[in-house]
Amino acid sequence: MSLVNIIIDDKKIKVEEGTTIFKAAKMAGIHIPVLCYMNLEDLNIESKPGGCRICVVEVEGRRNLAPSCSTNVFEGMVIHTHSMRVLNARRTVLELILSDHPKDCLSCAKSGNCDLQDMAIKFGIRETPYDEFASTSQYRLDTSPSIIREMDKCIMCRRCETMCNNFQTVGALSAVNRGFMAVVAPPFEMNLENSNCTYCGQCVAVCPTGALTEVDHTNRVISALADPTKKVVVQTAPAVRAALGEEFGLEPGTLVTGKLVTALRTLGFDYVFDTDFAADLTIMEEGAELLDRLTKFLGGDKSVKLPMLTSCCPAWVNFFEKQFPDMLEIPSTARSPQQMFGSVAKSYFSEVENIKREDMVVVSIMPCLAKKYECQRDEFAVDGNPDVDLSISTRELAALIKRANIDFTSLQDSDYDNPMGESTGAAVIFGTTGGVIEAATRTAYELHTGETLENVDFKQLRGMEGIRYATVDFKGIPINIGIAHGLGNARVLLEEVRAGKSNLHAIEIMACPGGCIGGGGQPLHHGDSLKLAKRAEAIYREDAGKPIRKSHENPHIIELYEKYLGKPLGEKSHKLLHTHYFDRSVHKIQI
Amino acid sequence: MSSVKVELKPHQVEKIKEICKSFNNSEGELINVLHKVQSEFGYLPAEVQEVVSEELHTPVAKVYGVVTFYSFFTMTPKGRHPISICTGTACYVRGAENVLEEFKKQLNIQVGETSGDGKFSLSCLRCVGACGLAPVVLVGDKTYGRVSPEGVEDILKEYQE
Repeated sequence: MSLVNIIIDDKKIKVEEGTTIFKAAKMAGIHIPVLCYMNLEDLNIESKPGGCRICVVEVEGRRNLAPSCSTNVFEGMVIHTHSMRVLNARRTVLELILSDHPKDCLSCAKSGNCDLQDMAIKFGIRETPYDEFASTSQYRLDTSPSIIREMDKCIMCRRCETMCNNFQTVGALSAVNRGFMAVVAPPFEMNLENSNCTYCGQCVAVCPTGALTEVDHTNRVISALADPTKKVVVQTAPAVRAALGEEFGLEPGTLVTGKLVTALRTLGFDYVFDTDFAADLTIMEEGAELLDRLTKFLGGDKSVKLPMLTSCCPAWVNFFEKQFPDMLEIPSTARSPQQMFGSVAKSYFSEVENIKREDMVVVSIMPCLAKKYECQRDEFAVDGNPDVDLSISTRELAALIKRANIDFTSLQDSDYDNPMGESTGAAVIFGTTGGVIEAATRTAYELHTGETLENVDFKQLRGMEGIRYATVDFKGIPINIGIAHGLGNARVLLEEVRAGKSNLHAIEIMACPGGCIGGGGQPLHHGDSLKLAKRAEAIYREDAGKPIRKSHENPHIIELYEKYLGKPLGEKSHKLLHTHYFDRSVHKIQI
Repeated sequence: MSSVKVELKPHQVEKIKEICKSFNNSEGELINVLHKVQSEFGYLPAEVQEVVSEELHTPVAKVYGVVTFYSFFTMTPKGRHPISICTGTACYVRGAENVLEEFKKQLNIQVGETSGDGKFSLSCLRCVGACGLAPVVLVGDKTYGRVSPEGVEDILKEYQE
């Protein structure tokens, strides 16, 4: 690629031909403001509809202003990024966007975390002069178990559409109508709940305004904590500890496990447990299931289906139930760690502590919005009482901590309660892409070969590429493993399986970019995908520092099987820890 | 956009599939496919869009997005005699608004709607290139010039069945 010479704000630089003005400016240390533009470089996701016109710049010799996000540089180009004309144009654009935007910032769920608000602050907007000429559009509020669509606040940046269609290939959202009525919506403007939506929450993760937000359950958690008749049990997902610190100004990738536990105890939870304990349990069940299927398959049993797919990710489960209903036998029947935790807490643990099921409230802290839906599924309740009562996101927990006047960064570290707080390194890595299958490999290898692994780090399973393949040698038997994060990548692997072209034995799938660390409930990355890589590093750091790094060596898991469950895939395990899947394909149009 | 519920008959589904196939089931031909399908069915109800979406392997959300973006596409069936009132500059200044109001009153429908008996539908357009005849009204392929609100009733009478 040849280089071209350009001058940008009097700085002479050389950049590759075909570079956009926006990127060239960034290289020169000039940050042009953007609103609709989104570039998650490490994930190869770029959305540049060129629609908002906030990023316009002046190019000498060009009549009109150029949108820098979607205009390429050429030899000899002279660019001004903050001339009077540019600043005036940006202000007008912003004022026009604001003319059709509600002004309820004080009570908006996104306040303080909103790109549009930041922009208004940056431009010193003190009045919105076009309000009287604009017909402010009004849309029906759409509430689902996980996500709220408040489309009055949509500015048509279409980032959500890019995530839903291009990255996830879910196809639940598209821009519809035109003019003031233009909005991003599910087909026929049906409710999200009736569409193909998987609740992965990636639309929420990239929405610059309050148009797409999670269903907020913090007040319900506060009520449960304040109720003297309830014992409130909390579980924390692995990815939460690697990201929560960002909400309190800590560097991305800071591990806050100890502070997290202290904060939860200070909030008033009666038992502070770890979803990681249930992740170890998941490995016991899923690993046993994989070995069972493998042994039968390699023994020539034609009734056994391979590859086995992981089933921890609830958005992924929604995806295959809605779009691959012909393949419901392939995923592992093991419940997700969140649900295994709830099931064990409200059976084994409630018996040990002598707490009645109806007096126990199980709260989960998740990096995920689909978990809110998952815990409401009918199959995860006993006589209408759910195994997990409430699921809140990392962001919601941060809000709770702030509301309770807890100075998070100055908290002392403390340890989880037992028995359901003990976990291994294998469980921690559930939070990142490749982690579940690495954890399963550690256990399955040892159980299958009867030998102890000298090195538990399966580095070939790690990384950030969307689809990865690796082969692990189980003492003479090569086990082919596939890994995908992002549902679009999952679709590629799934189509191969459907077409009978896959030679894989096991596949791990996580719906979000980077796995749970990039979940829809995590602190917003605001377009900085490097944060995800730092969170992943933190997860592997926590794993490396754990004294026990294989799920089947967790002493409390061993005790749970001895005292209560029996053996993996046994009768009690089957009842409490496994599930089945449903055809939820959207055949009929429900408008 | 409001829609009419329909149940597609097998031969209708086949027809849509045939049209999609004639465009090689290519996603990039979505607008052309919708044009052809609308000329076949008169409108594009949700059920038709579903079939197009499946055949072109494109999300139905996107199909719906295209249908709602272009004013040419409609999800409500047009009347047997579609009425279009020109509200371009010339017609507008010569009273097209009053003519439109009269049609709305007589037919008891709004712009974009179809009368209950399916006979008439009402729409506006911008300039048919007959500004000398302003205000202009089209009923089907027939053009009426210098229409006044008083003349509306006579026009409608022509289509009594």
